[in-house]
Amino acid sequence: MPSSDETIQSALQDYKYGWVTEIEQEYAPKGLNEDIVRMISAKKNEPEFMLEWRLRAYRHWLKMNAPQWPYFEYGPIDYQNQYYYAAPKSDKPKPKSLDEVDPEILATYEKLGIPLKEQEVLAGVAVDAVFDSVSVGTTYKAKLAELGIIFCSFSEAVENHPELVQKYLGTVVPYTDNFFATLNSAVFSDGSFVYIPKGVRCPMELSTYFRINAADTGQFERTLIVADEGAYVSYLEGCTAPKRSGNQLHAAVVELVALKDATIKYSTVQNWYPGDKDGNGGIYNFVTKRGKCLENAKISWTQVETGSAITWKYPSCILQGDNSVGEFYSVAVTNNHQKADTGTKMVHIGKNTSSTIVSKGISAGVGQNVYRGLVQINKKAGNARNYTQCDSMLMGDKCGAHTFPYIDVRNNSAHVEHEATTSKIGEDQIFYCQQRGLSEEDAVNLIVNGFCKEVFRELPMEFAVEAQKLLSISLEGSVG
Amino acid sequence: MSLLEIKNLCASIEGKQILKGVNLTVNPGEVHAIMGPNGSGKSTLSQVLAGNEAYEVTSGEIIFEGKNLLEMAPDERACEGIFMAFQYPVEIPGVGNTYFLKTAYNAVRKYRGLEEVDAVEFIKIMKEKAKLVELDDKLLKRNVNEGFSGGEKKRNEIFQMAVLDPRLAILDETDSGLDVDALRTVAGGVNKLRDEKRAIVCITHYQRILNYLEPDIVHILADGRIVRTGGSELAHEVEEKGYAWLEQGAA
Ligand SMILES: Nc1ncnc2c1ncn2[C@@H]1O[C@H](COP(=O)(O)OP(=O)(O)O)[C@@H](O)[C@H]1O
Ligand SMILES: [Mg+2]
Repeated sequence: MPSSDETIQSALQDYKYGWVTEIEQEYAPKGLNEDIVRMISAKKNEPEFMLEWRLRAYRHWLKMNAPQWPYFEYGPIDYQNQYYYAAPKSDKPKPKSLDEVDPEILATYEKLGIPLKEQEVLAGVAVDAVFDSVSVGTTYKAKLAELGIIFCSFSEAVENHPELVQKYLGTVVPYTDNFFATLNSAVFSDGSFVYIPKGVRCPMELSTYFRINAADTGQFERTLIVADEGAYVSYLEGCTAPKRSGNQLHAAVVELVALKDATIKYSTVQNWYPGDKDGNGGIYNFVTKRGKCLENAKISWTQVETGSAITWKYPSCILQGDNSVGEFYSVAVTNNHQKADTGTKMVHIGKNTSSTIVSKGISAGVGQNVYRGLVQINKKAGNARNYTQCDSMLMGDKCGAHTFPYIDVRNNSAHVEHEATTSKIGEDQIFYCQQRGLSEEDAVNLIVNGFCKEVFRELPMEFAVEAQKLLSISLEGSVG
Repeated sequence: MSLLEIKNLCASIEGKQILKGVNLTVNPGEVHAIMGPNGSGKSTLSQVLAGNEAYEVTSGEIIFEGKNLLEMAPDERACEGIFMAFQYPVEIPGVGNTYFLKTAYNAVRKYRGLEEVDAVEFIKIMKEKAKLVELDDKLLKRNVNEGFSGGEKKRNEIFQMAVLDPRLAILDETDSGLDVDALRTVAGGVNKLRDEKRAIVCITHYQRILNYLEPDIVHILADGRIVRTGGSELAHEVEEKGYAWLEQGAA
């Protein structure tokens, strides 16, 4: 029998979602300049304010440099050698209902396990599917509309609810925010938009599946979720991308606005293509996600990150209103050559604000996992509380885990607690399970799932099951 | 045919020779006690039987029901019917005791060609076995050994033994860390699990658990060898005189 240590290095199983859909795509010419920005805006019949906003972002971006502070190096990205717009080519200008959607696209989603036909949709889940840059279909729209809930593609929101978009766009992540967010602001092609009216509790999980299909396409989607006073919504984002030898950039922006007494729960299950065993190809997932809480509001981020060659993101909460609550629950898995630099920022501005951070990093192969987090308690944030727990699990001895917690407290009534552990997956734990009859593989799954339990239990039920499966797929062959 | 036959077993850990030629035969229905001073190799023997890869078997044979045990992975041995109650049971954070044991139970059943049982069925089995060692129901809902007291961990081991129904149970110092009352219940539980098909090897430093278990055969392990084998009178002798006289005899 080989020891677990030497076998820990073996391969990640073949990426299950790595096929390409053969449909005709319409591209903007490669490269980036003002004309491309204007073209994207024109393609979408955007009002003047949108074009202006994009152009301001683009001009600002030209003055910026790509950040140098991440823990990992990544190859230089040639921004002029990418397509910034790709859409399924179709005679009809835009699908009005699911019946009009290209059957090839529907088949693609079915392969992904996301049937768009309403009767087949997982009970209680509404799906807005984004195929490359265009939203292809939204289910359950009618039912949601009865409650005044708006759940549509970003483009449709710009067209049909420009006043809402104008009011909230960029209020959490301004177009000047950071290199990748600014780029996104200039060229974002689509994404999802959600508005929950005052006092409405959204009766179902809202879900978006993004899929990068076209080669050499950066995907820049933008999501904006607004929960008006006293509203509640739970939103799930999942993603897959085809296998390609090169790296693809995914620079998304997600903005959440939780008005007074509102709650937004945002869950992500990310399994973008991680690259092959030797570290070739895979997605660069450089994403800006941030939410703003007004009085008594709550934003809860839950993420399970198993894919991408490099993951670089910090879903954050600006706790502006008094008594507001921010939460961040994260599982990040890196196997083979994957790298993840992820964490959160909790910025306490209001009084009696509280935040919870639970981060679980799992590294296998030669994977590297970084937790980077900021807890900032501002001067006027009396009685602010934070609890942070960062646990890292190492499988084998060629991977790494690193923790960079930044704590910035400017009000001395604050309570800030930080706990961190790093452990190797215990040979003694594996042996104990095996002695009771479990195979080594099952033992590892059991132990890893136990390690992640505090995060998984934050996920909606159906997705918690998915996340567990995904985790065992990602770690398959890492032991045994 | 004997259930277990150990022939001239030598084993080392981190290059250090611990077992230096152990011979032992265990028949179905028998209860053996293995006594010996600290560091004599008692835990090493049980870990080697269970297949812990941290230990290297340098020579010798272990035959279990006619099969070569040394060729089997630890989970295969467990499924074949070897159970070890750990001297230091391991905590598995975040994994529920019930879920853990159900997974193990079904893995063993599957190996033996039996239908797997569902949660409802399993809970029935579990409740019944928990009574055997008076295991608090609350512990079934907790995570595996997490935050258990020393005594609760030992009780949990015997409870697992009751559920998994092994052919050979090796109890590694199950008595240590138990107060008198707990010892009586746990030993009582083990006694209820005695039958003519199952064998029990009870490893202990002290004689007191043997008052309850009444072993058929007592062995003294010293410096990696079995230096004396006898009836229960041997355990009483050790209790009176300590181990020193036996170790001298071995030299
Ligand atoms: N991991 C280890 N590394 C080095 N020596 C060990 C290790 N485990 C046990 N030993 C040594 O092996 C010997 C036998 O230990 P053990 O089998 O645990 O004895 P017992 O159970 O009879 O008290 C002791 O001298 C102990 O120090
Ligand atoms: Mg011992």
